[in-house]
Amino acid sequence: MINVGEILLDLWNGSGFAALTQGFLSQGGWQNLLMIIIACGLLYLGIVKKFEPLLLVGIAFGCLLSNLPLGGLYHQELWDAFMDANNPAYHSYGAILREAGLIDIFYIGVKTSLYPCLIFMGVGAMTDFGPLLSNPKSLLLGAAAQLGVFVAFFGAVLLDFSGPQAASIGIIGGADGPTAIFLTSQLAPELLGAIAVAAYSYMALIPLIQPPIMNALTSAKDRRIKMVQTRQVSKTEKIIFPIVVVIFVALLLPDTAPLIGCLMLGNLFKETGVTDRLSDTVQNALMNIVTILLSTAVGATMVGSTFLTTNTLKIVVLGVVAFGISTAGGLLGGNVMCKLTRGKVNPLIGSAGVSAVPMAARVANTVGQKNNPSNFLLMHAMGPNVAGVIGSAIAAGFLLSVFGG
Amino acid sequence: MMFLAATIPDHLQNISFGNAAVVALLGYCVVFFGIVLLMCVITIMGKIFVAKANKAKAAAPAPAAPVTVTPVAAAAPEAPGSAGQLKLHDVPPKTAAMLMAIVADQMGKPLNELRFISIKEVK
Repeated sequence: MINVGEILLDLWNGSGFAALTQGFLSQGGWQNLLMIIIACGLLYLGIVKKFEPLLLVGIAFGCLLSNLPLGGLYHQELWDAFMDANNPAYHSYGAILREAGLIDIFYIGVKTSLYPCLIFMGVGAMTDFGPLLSNPKSLLLGAAAQLGVFVAFFGAVLLDFSGPQAASIGIIGGADGPTAIFLTSQLAPELLGAIAVAAYSYMALIPLIQPPIMNALTSAKDRRIKMVQTRQVSKTEKIIFPIVVVIFVALLLPDTAPLIGCLMLGNLFKETGVTDRLSDTVQNALMNIVTILLSTAVGATMVGSTFLTTNTLKIVVLGVVAFGISTAGGLLGGNVMCKLTRGKVNPLIGSAGVSAVPMAARVANTVGQKNNPSNFLLMHAMGPNVAGVIGSAIAAGFLLSVFGG
Repeated sequence: MMFLAATIPDHLQNISFGNAAVVALLGYCVVFFGIVLLMCVITIMGKIFVAKANKAKAAAPAPAAPVTVTPVAAAAPEAPGSAGQLKLHDVPPKTAAMLMAIVADQMGKPLNELRFISIKEVK
C-alpha cells in the first residue's frame, strides 16, 4: 500500500520551500534571497523602464534562476575548480559536462568567448562604416574616447584590484558590452556578472550621463557648428574596408583577431551584396539566439556569495567614472579637431567616440539640435561612433596581451 | 581557447601604482598608434578610389554631336506659394514626405516655410 503521506513529505523535503525553512537562510542563503530581490529590480528596470531590455531581462532572469535554492542550473563551484590550477578539474570541460546544469552549458559559450564574438558579427552586419570611410579623421575621436578605459584601470589598481581585474573593470569605459564580456571572461571571470551589469546599465543611461559632460566641456558657440556633408563612399570601398581592417588590426594586435575578425566578417556579409541571406541571419536570428544564451549565462554568474561584495560597489562607481572620462576624452579630442580645422568640426561628435552604437551618436545629434535646431550631426557622429568599436577592441587587445600572459 | 588568468607573472597580478600608470599610458598610446595607422590606410584607400572615380568621369565620352533639341512648351507657372519641384533620388515619395515632416518637427518650423530642393539616399 502506497504511503501517500510519506510521498508528500518527501516532495516537501525535496522542495526549495523546505530548504528555505531548514537553515538555508542562516547558511548564507540570505545572500541568494537578496539577489532574487535584485533580480526582480533589474527585471523592473528592463521591462518597465526599458533599460537595454533585450539584455537586462535575460541577465536578471539568469540571476533569478541561479539564486533559487536547489535549482541546480548553475554551479559556481564547478567553474571555480575549472580555473584552479591545483584542482584535477582544471580546464576540463569534461568535468563541467559531467555535473553541469543547463546554464553551466550556456556558460561554456561565454568562457570560450564564442558569444561575444558572434554578437560582434551581428554588430558588424548592422553597421554602416560609410561615415567613417568618408571622414577617416573621425577615427581619432574613437581613439580619444578610450581615455576612460585606462583611467578606470588605474583607478581600479588604486582601489586594490589585481592587474587582470583592473583591466576588466577599465574596459567598461569602452562602452561596448561584448568587448567587456570577452575580456572579463578571460582575465577576471569572477567579476563577470558585476562588470556586465554595470556596462549594460551605463550604456542604457548614456542619454543621462553624457549631456551634462558635453555641455560642460564645449562652448555654446562650438555646439552650434554645422558640419558640411562628407563625400559619398563607393560600394567597392565598403567591400574592401573590412578585409583591410582585419588584416591590419589582427597583424598589429593578434589578441583582437577574434573580435575584429567577427565584426568585419559580419560587415563583409552586409556589404558584398551576394550574401544577403547570411547577413540577414547574422543580424536577426543568430544575434537573437546568442543574446538569449549570453544574457542568461552572464546573469547566472551573479550568485549571492560572489556578487554581494564591496568589489561590486567599487565596480559600479569605477564604471560610471570610466564612462564619464571616456566621454570627456572624446570631447577634448573633438575640441582639438574643432580648433585645428578652424571651426569645421562640431566637438559634440567626439562624445560619440565611446562605442555604444548608435545611442552615443544619437545623443550627440540631440544635444547639437538643442543648440541649433537645424543642425543634423547624426551621420557625422556615426564616424567616431563606429571608430569607438574598433578603438575599444584595440584597447581590449592591448590589455589582453599584457595581462593574458 | 586559452585560459589566461592563472599564468601571468606576479608583478602584473599584483601590479604596483607605478607599473599601472605606465601600462595605462602605454595602452592609450597603443590605441592611438593603431588608430592613426588605420586612418592612414583608409585615407590612402579613399584617395585611390576618389582619383579612380574622377578619372572615370573624365574619360566618359563627351556627346559626339550636338543634340537637336525639340522645343518644348515652357513650364507651367508655379502656383502662388509653391517652392518649386522637389527632386527625389532613389527615395519613394512616402519616405520623402515622412522625412520632411520629421525635419520640420525637429526644427520647430511649419513645413510650408521650408524649401526642400532634393532628397537623396546616402548609400
